[in-house]
Amino acid sequence: MLETVFFYAFAALTLAGAILTVTMRSAVHCAIALISSLAGVAGLYLLQHAEFLFAVQIVLYIGGVMVLFLFVIMLVNLDAAARERQFHRHWLAALACLAGTGALVALFLTRGAESFKLGAPAAEAAPGAGNIETLSMLLFREYLVPFELASLLLLVAIVGGVMMAKKRI
Amino acid sequence: MLAPITTGHYLVLSAALLLIGAVGILMRRNVVVIMMSIELILNAVNINLVAFDKYLHKLNGQIFAIFVITVAVAEAAVGLGILIALFRNKETVLVDEIDLLKW
Amino acid sequence: MPVNFMPTPQELFRFAPEMLLTLVATIIMVLEPLSGADGKRKFAVISFLSLAAAIALSVAAAGDPGAAFSSMIVVDGFSTFFRILVMVAGVLTILISTNYLRMEEHESGEYYALVLFSIVGQCIMVSANELIMLFIGLECSSIASYVLAGFLRDDKRNNESALKYFLLGSFATAFLLYGVAWIYGTTGYTNLSEIRRVLLDPNSNQNMVVISAATALMFVGFAFKVSAAPFQMWAPDVYQGAPAPVTAFMSVGPKAAAFAMFLRVLMTAFEPVKDRWEPLLWTSALATMVIGNFAALRQTNIKRLLAYSSIAHAGYIMVALTAHSDIGTAAAMFYLASYTFMNIGAFAVVTYIARKGERHVEIQDLAGLSQRRPVVAAMLTIFLLSLTGIPLTAGFFGKFYIFKAALDANMVWLAVLGMLNSAVAAYYYLRLIVVMYMQAPSDEMEELPAPSVGIQAAMFAAAAATVFLGVFPSVVLDYAGKSASFIR
Repeated sequence: MLETVFFYAFAALTLAGAILTVTMRSAVHCAIALISSLAGVAGLYLLQHAEFLFAVQIVLYIGGVMVLFLFVIMLVNLDAAARERQFHRHWLAALACLAGTGALVALFLTRGAESFKLGAPAAEAAPGAGNIETLSMLLFREYLVPFELASLLLLVAIVGGVMMAKKRI
Repeated sequence: MLAPITTGHYLVLSAALLLIGAVGILMRRNVVVIMMSIELILNAVNINLVAFDKYLHKLNGQIFAIFVITVAVAEAAVGLGILIALFRNKETVLVDEIDLLKW
Repeated sequence: MPVNFMPTPQELFRFAPEMLLTLVATIIMVLEPLSGADGKRKFAVISFLSLAAAIALSVAAAGDPGAAFSSMIVVDGFSTFFRILVMVAGVLTILISTNYLRMEEHESGEYYALVLFSIVGQCIMVSANELIMLFIGLECSSIASYVLAGFLRDDKRNNESALKYFLLGSFATAFLLYGVAWIYGTTGYTNLSEIRRVLLDPNSNQNMVVISAATALMFVGFAFKVSAAPFQMWAPDVYQGAPAPVTAFMSVGPKAAAFAMFLRVLMTAFEPVKDRWEPLLWTSALATMVIGNFAALRQTNIKRLLAYSSIAHAGYIMVALTAHSDIGTAAAMFYLASYTFMNIGAFAVVTYIARKGERHVEIQDLAGLSQRRPVVAAMLTIFLLSLTGIPLTAGFFGKFYIFKAALDANMVWLAVLGMLNSAVAAYYYLRLIVVMYMQAPSDEMEELPAPSVGIQAAMFAAAAATVFLGVFPSVVLDYAGKSASFIR
């Protein structure tokens, strides 16, 4: 019961934040709306016992990525852009997306959980140990190579970001 | 009297987030907001992955979500770098004014 | 139950080419600030040698095929073929880049490091047997390419090209990921072989609507990366705006790798549900060919024309994918190999005639090239004839095998429409040849200095490969045919 209430609260936060992100005029307001949306997503992780992702979402996403965004918003002058028209073209595609959202939510509300039936889950037992412990076992054993490659990816991103943004090389 | 939360609830939420993000990408003129919309879609992906994890009693989806976040960070860094390089030369962040090459 | 997850030497050896290239790229980054303004040439040499060594390592690793790192990557004939292909594309790119970068006064170690990083990403893409690895490889390759597309930061065209490439590329990645998440949810796995096993299992009780939706979402991502319709619109702008050698690289390396991953995902994982994606691929293949060829007819900028031509070629390869048979896979592999050489060759010539600031990239700038630089004109003629698909060039056999695969798969209409499309394509390729040979050069044209050693080497190598594949196609085709069965 409590879980249900929390779910709807976080879901409302996420969706309201998302809608404000794509509709607000000033980019700074958009960024703040996005932060609240990301915080809602973090809450949803916690509800599903993904504690590690919850922490990552707060520290990395809200703490890191959003600061990066705000930093760039300060760096490039967006005042002029905020006074301009905010929307353009692609009305049809966007309307189709909106209609899709509406249809999806309506379908779900009328038909309930049955409308999203998935294949039967594997009958494996739930991992016994705490979330972070089991996660790290997986990450540093089976997924060790992707983990290392993620560091390569970040190196590429650093090189690329510096290349692009630095005044003189 | 509220129905219990199922995986379906999360999936619908994630689909709605995906579509809102897509609307943002298609309709906004401001490049920074378009990048934020891409972040919304990536979060929709992560909601899905975590919900499936709970449903399947696995953790591989959460591992995947960690990589998705890593990639989102990398993309944001490079994308904002590209934007700064463009702004230095062209003084605009509106996609339809970036029109030296025809779309 | 402590299972040993330490990688064995055997596994490390299978991954050696990627490790070598990463190491060399990092060393280049370390040496870069230590080298003076005129010491940048050595980075080209280092990257060239390391790519040669990596090709040798891939050949050596192919002698001991198998999976590595809990089946994250798999080294088989298919991945070896594409590993070597993207590395050869990298070698040719470096050859045509050095002089261009010096001319634009932007020669630096970062360029070569980014090319190497991008190639590492592509090698991971072609050998990944797991959606997570595939995705990380794709991102490595893409992020490096975004930056390369905007490498001349003071040029507005470069900025714009990089931004468009980035926005549409990350949009595509996001959709691809959404599809992957659904696949994980319905099958419970991200490993391609496991997904296939689950889909083949009659008791697994899959929700086919969800699987179709997930496949469609993944298709959006793949179609963006290979510039297939209806997601091809980024290619002309990005190709036109990027530096010419980078365009050469983008149009072959990432594209070949994206097709390899597309092939592996379709043939390994989703072959059991082929009824679901076949109509999608069929339509997209046809639309890609038509849009590419008919839009190319109206272009006046050579880079833009070649961009549309590369869209059209993606359409032909999609025909081979639609056939989803071993013959189709082999045909796509052969076509990608020949396309790599002829396209890089054509772009080598474009890089050469563009001169500083890329002022000469209009079709009229080719006028009288046969008198000004007869050898270069002859080379470009070979590449254009091959792109058209004239016999005795690689392009002819490439198209021949693709349409043969389509006919074998009972897709007569697609084959017929594809052939009609190649007839349309002949018009705009031959127009370039006509301008080169029939029109006199105008008086105000600048003197064309002799091409640099790198561009000469790249042109001759690409031309030799194009003709070789056109005369002895069986050498590559036999190998492709043998490795095609690995990915099923």
